[in-house]
Amino acid sequence: MIFVIIFILSVSFLLYTLLGGADFGAGIIESFSGKKGEKVISKAMAPVWEANHVWLILAIVIIFTGFPVVYATLSLYLHIPLMIVLFGIIMRGSAFVFRYYDVSENRMHKYFSFFFKTSSFITPFFLGITLGAMMLGEITTINAGTFFGRFVHPWFNLFCATLGLFVTSLFAYVAAIFLVGEAEGGEQKKYIRLSKIFLFITFGVGGIVFLAGEMQSQHLFEGFFRSGLSITSFCIVVLIIPALFYYFNHPHSFYLRGLIALQVTFILLGWFALHYPVVVYLKDSEPLTFFNTAAPAATIDQLLIALFVGLLLIGPAFFFLFRVFKKSS
Amino acid sequence: MNDLIAARSQMALSLGFHIVFACIGMTMPILMAYSEWKWIRTGKQVYIDLAKAWSQGVAIFFAVGAVSGTVLAFELGILFPEFMKHAGPIIGMPFSWEGTAFFVEAIALGIFLYGWNKLSKWMHWLSGVVVGIAGILSGIFVVSANAWMNCPAGFKWENGEAIDIDPVAAMFNTAWFQQALHMVLAAFIATAFAVAGVHAFLLLKNRKSLFHKTAVEMALIFGAIAALLQPLSGDISAKNVAKYQPAKLAAIEGLYKTEQPADFIIGGIPNDEKETVEFGLHIPGVLSYLAYGDFNAEVQGLDKFPKDEWPLVIVTNISFQIMIGIGMVLACTGLLFLLFKWRWRKVLDKNGWLRFIAFLTPLGFIAVEAGWIVTEVGRQPWIIYGVLKTKDAVSTMPGIQYSFYAITVMYVLLTAIIIWLLQRQIAEVDKNYPSAATHI
Repeated sequence: MIFVIIFILSVSFLLYTLLGGADFGAGIIESFSGKKGEKVISKAMAPVWEANHVWLILAIVIIFTGFPVVYATLSLYLHIPLMIVLFGIIMRGSAFVFRYYDVSENRMHKYFSFFFKTSSFITPFFLGITLGAMMLGEITTINAGTFFGRFVHPWFNLFCATLGLFVTSLFAYVAAIFLVGEAEGGEQKKYIRLSKIFLFITFGVGGIVFLAGEMQSQHLFEGFFRSGLSITSFCIVVLIIPALFYYFNHPHSFYLRGLIALQVTFILLGWFALHYPVVVYLKDSEPLTFFNTAAPAATIDQLLIALFVGLLLIGPAFFFLFRVFKKSS
Repeated sequence: MNDLIAARSQMALSLGFHIVFACIGMTMPILMAYSEWKWIRTGKQVYIDLAKAWSQGVAIFFAVGAVSGTVLAFELGILFPEFMKHAGPIIGMPFSWEGTAFFVEAIALGIFLYGWNKLSKWMHWLSGVVVGIAGILSGIFVVSANAWMNCPAGFKWENGEAIDIDPVAAMFNTAWFQQALHMVLAAFIATAFAVAGVHAFLLLKNRKSLFHKTAVEMALIFGAIAALLQPLSGDISAKNVAKYQPAKLAAIEGLYKTEQPADFIIGGIPNDEKETVEFGLHIPGVLSYLAYGDFNAEVQGLDKFPKDEWPLVIVTNISFQIMIGIGMVLACTGLLFLLFKWRWRKVLDKNGWLRFIAFLTPLGFIAVEAGWIVTEVGRQPWIIYGVLKTKDAVSTMPGIQYSFYAITVMYVLLTAIIIWLLQRQIAEVDKNYPSAATHI
């Protein structure tokens, strides 16, 4: 039973990376795409952005119901980065609707755009930092030591920062490819160029994450070469690149989106294989895994029923939403 | 400011902010769908104009509601990690249902807001109904989780750990029904009276507008019915609280000493030192009746509880009085409205009546806030009543007040911007909607 929960959690995580990621990324891309870009982006995002972000809520609910100790540990020791993520989420969503739903243009829009763009960068950066802190194992559950040591050091370091940058550039990359299908002519060329740029940045930063890991004795390379699934995933991720370039030259939104979805899936799968079943590494105690933190069976069963019914409703509804709004493109 | 107070203040502020948007999110879709339904049936322009004008504002409220709700899902853990560690597996179930309902709501809202020209009339109307139903359901699920904190069920507490967890029993705890009913009605009352109030104000400025006149009456129908049902729901709540949370009832009433029969006190200020309510109007035996349906029943006072387990009596008591006072005013207004609508329709057009309705605009929301203060402050010092104290659940990270200050600045700023945006939308209504300029 618990495996089904882990599977659904992973799928929500993947969908959040893709859909929420495209959404955050669009805010980053807006910084590089001028006034016309703002229009394209607002129009593409407006009907779907709220639904895209519910995947995060779903993931959180699964974690606090199914793996309560993970949730309690993260929210206690990563209070600061998580609060920053929350500020980002509020600022971003609000600034976006404020700008989109205001009756007419005026000077406030400049500020809304500013907050929208900055928070589109800050939020994924700190989400990445949070992930980094889960992997790094600097969180100490012993109730002693300085404030800095307990609540800052576990996430405030080079490795977490590089992972933050990786997540940010990955989101921008996903968004750029998504936006190719939302624009035409010269606008489209711009997004193709941005897709290529962010592809290189993402892969570059990805490499740096591994190096930073080595520097902080997080032996990612070693784990990577030991895991067959990670290596296979990485090969697939790389093999997708030429296919992407083919469709950059012959733009086709459906195939481009399919390929990026596939690529992100395998990036996450490769990463997942490195860590499974660990969720959070700790400094001076056993890591928290899906199994040693799982809620009692009665809870897991009920959670499963709720998720199952939920997905039966949400799946078709989501499909319908995208069909209604993405028909034209 | 100590960390416990800071964490509680931050949670209170976040909930107090979110609840306004949650109420609007539950009620407005139903109002919009009702208006659209009338448009489909009658073909009158004013109904579709109203549905569209409302949906513009609702989009902003809904988005801010969604993000402030996401914040709450995180803050439960960030501020009270020890609480979520124990409560997560027990009350995760209503939260997962809430997640589902909210998901459906967000999707349907996307379809409703952006699908005016992309769907058939009835499909579009249906998406609005789905938003409303999903919104109300998600409200009910979340309230059921809160009800569990008041009336914990579905587990055994041994050596500081919950065992024998039964999530179904936890969700259907003894307080869920009365709290959910009370909250849904309150959402309808607060939102409907606020909508009516705003349109009444605009109608006073533009006495001939069919648009505003229709809006006032349509909103008041919902507000009136909900406001008249609320006292019944309040009665169910009172009996439930008397039975399962006697300390809260005693704090609500400022009942320091156990009495048989107990007086109901209107007004007054509780004084913890003298252990009495000063300046109140006593009505003999009525509290016994309200709590137990018997004018001679014994009602437990705070003397039955150790002093360190008392809630803050003055806050609980005054908030309760505010809630009840406003509830009564709105129920009477609802009754008058239905009476006028039935018999003396002319009254509804009088300036005095419209001014009165405009004056009522914020009251419903003030009552909602006061009601939540009663529930939450009245449960203190417990976070899970009788099981876990708030001070033992709070985050052990020092310096939480800085989170609180930051979030306060953010919410104050957001509130100011939302008011500004709304006022801009209202100013443009006459330009954008044909019926707003049409004369009666």
